[in-house]
Amino acid sequence: MPQDWILGLLGGGLIGCAGALYLLVNGRIMGASGIVGGLIDGSAGAQARERLAFLAGLIGLPALIVLVTGAPDTHLTGNFAVLIGAGLLVGLGTRLANGCTSGHGVCGISRLSLRGIVATCIYIGAGAVSVVLFRHLLGVI
Amino acid sequence: MRLVFAAISGALFGTGLLVSGMVDTAKVRGWLDFFGAWDPTLAFVMGGAILPMALAWMMTRSRRPALGGSFPAAPEQKLGRNLILGSVMFGMGWGLSGLCPGPALAASTFNGLGGLVFIAAMALGMWAAPHLRARLSTPTPAE
Repeated sequence: MPQDWILGLLGGGLIGCAGALYLLVNGRIMGASGIVGGLIDGSAGAQARERLAFLAGLIGLPALIVLVTGAPDTHLTGNFAVLIGAGLLVGLGTRLANGCTSGHGVCGISRLSLRGIVATCIYIGAGAVSVVLFRHLLGVI
Repeated sequence: MRLVFAAISGALFGTGLLVSGMVDTAKVRGWLDFFGAWDPTLAFVMGGAILPMALAWMMTRSRRPALGGSFPAAPEQKLGRNLILGSVMFGMGWGLSGLCPGPALAASTFNGLGGLVFIAAMALGMWAAPHLRARLSTPTPAE
């Protein structure tokens, strides 16, 4: 659809503004896996409340918007084995690499961080391999 | 005040993920499906997000965070095995499910039971990561 890329740019701009605000006002890097992971493994320390507030906004506003607009179809697989395996990989991988699409991708690339750029190339490559393997070869997804 | 702005940032982030369609796992997997029905939307989202973020990084040079403290230190240059191994694992899981941490949380209230199962597994993986990291670093002190 031609409007997909317009909504993509617009939504991307909102994501960038969110990251810019979090950086310029709170002085923090907006990385979803770091924000959540630090709460889970206890490394967030004194930042815990700030991170919980971030998560409340992240989960809360989309929930409210969806109440009005209706929930979009997210095409999430119903295969729980896939969801559990993928969840474990995403959780372990993002914490081992210290970042995900928001931390390494948006915040890392925009400051020309070598680690962010390399990580993004690797996880996009691995994602492409994963889709070839599980969709085109095995037909699981 | 920190809490208010953290919540506003989170809300903007979640709204951006919703508007851009990145909560739709079909779009994300479509981006990764270079050998199938490729969907370039994610590139526009990344581009749209990196632009304001790059401006923000430039602005950090001549000031301090509005609410005090200091900006994050310059990024490490060393790549290291954990970055590579972790990104491979993350990418595999991302392609498998079409979910990464941000969208998984933003869509958690309308992704059904499956979305919550994914988040629970992701949380378990995040909890286990420091243990795996410790195990990886003990046998070979080289690097």
